Amino acid sequence: MELTDKLNIIIEEFTRSFTKTFIVEGRYKLFITGIKNTITIAFFATIIGIIIGLFVAIIRYSSKNNRKLFLLDKICSIYVSVIRGTPVLVQLLIMYYTVFVNMDNTIIVGIVTFGVNSGAYVAEIARAGIESVDKGQMEAGLSLGLNRRQAMFFIILPQAVKNILPALGNEFIALLKETSVVGSIPLIDLTKAGDIVRSRTYEAFFPLYSVAVCYLILVLGLGALQKKLERRLSYSDRN
Amino acid sequence: MIEINNLNKNFGNNHVLKNVSTTVKKGEKVVIVGPSGSGKSTLLRCINLLETPTSGSIFFEGRDITDKKCNIDIIRQKMGMVFQHFNLFPHLTVLENITLAPIKLNLQKKEEAEKNAMELLDKIGLVEKKDEYPLKLSGGQKQRIAIVRSLAMKPEIMLFDEPTSALDPEMIGEVLKLIKELAEEGMTMVVVTHEMSFAKSVANRVIFMDEGEILEENNPGDFFAEPAHERTKEFLSKILYRI
Repeated sequence: MELTDKLNIIIEEFTRSFTKTFIVEGRYKLFITGIKNTITIAFFATIIGIIIGLFVAIIRYSSKNNRKLFLLDKICSIYVSVIRGTPVLVQLLIMYYTVFVNMDNTIIVGIVTFGVNSGAYVAEIARAGIESVDKGQMEAGLSLGLNRRQAMFFIILPQAVKNILPALGNEFIALLKETSVVGSIPLIDLTKAGDIVRSRTYEAFFPLYSVAVCYLILVLGLGALQKKLERRLSYSDRN
Repeated sequence: MIEINNLNKNFGNNHVLKNVSTTVKKGEKVVIVGPSGSGKSTLLRCINLLETPTSGSIFFEGRDITDKKCNIDIIRQKMGMVFQHFNLFPHLTVLENITLAPIKLNLQKKEEAEKNAMELLDKIGLVEKKDEYPLKLSGGQKQRIAIVRSLAMKPEIMLFDEPTSALDPEMIGEVLKLIKELAEEGMTMVVVTHEMSFAKSVANRVIFMDEGEILEENNPGDFFAEPAHERTKEFLSKILYRI
């Protein structure tokens, strides 16, 4: 066989495979649904994670000066150890089979699971961030007549958030990738979409590589966003 | 204005303040001196409850501020404090540093607070720095802005915790000059410092502390000329005649 014939065969095979994976039965729609679900879950879980994380971090930081928060602090501490001590897949199955038994909308189950999961990690990151702000900052705020809550929100948190942005970015990249196990409950995310197509076409190459590339693009996008935010927040450090 | 009765403060087993009692009258300028670790900073920080006293009471304008029912946040609005390490807010501009508290506490509208801040900045000659971030300022400028930030709350008393100890020598003068001007305007102040010449020229009364106790209080003339206590003599000889 001549070289051109060989090449033709390869191209033909490639086209056939591509068509089979993406065009036949409108399979590209499956990928689009998957990407949409993955982004939706990751996005809302991130927001829930930030809210829970900051809340827990503030409670744990404030409980040092306020005995009334002792019980709440213990609860937060248990929450963080339990979430960090169990696999997210197990948490997902527990949520789906025991907590949200009558929930038809599995996307919500995914969002809540990953949000609650991420919250524990964000809490630890945020606590380190809050503690990294010099003690004198709180004292200066208090000496001006602000109460602890006001000093926390106007003085400590803005500085803490700036300090933890790189670690937070990492956490959300990890979160996005971790959502790939969400297909274990009846829900089509990006990974599951590739899985379904592979099982229909008996071809692994295109579905798996295109899923990998999609994740890579999403993560690179997140990374760029994080860089931009870091630059925006570093204006007060510029000499 | 301030009355301190039998104040004690323990850090664990470390007894930092031992039965300290003294008063500060309106308009008075009290300077606290003493060796490191003598408890002078702790005493100052107890006055606005940045440290919680272990026992004893502190009255501010007739109210016991160590009482649990007393809202210390309101009291602190009337007590300015200046720190050794300035503690400017690095994420805010100079103007925002000064206006943060008056605005967030709803004492002044934004325009009013900014106008007030500009007047204060004008007084210390740093108007052109209003949009700079603290990182760009020299130590002396930072400390003067920290003082002005406290003044923006229109305090009735100013507490200075070693305001010049973290400064380069050539910047100490500008900060002391500002504090002196404040003193001349009649501001009540308590100053913890190692600047003896400042104590001599500004104080109405000098307090000498050692190992958590007030060993001696006197007017600066007598205090420096004829200290009564052995420890005071020793301390002054070390600090005044060094080369």
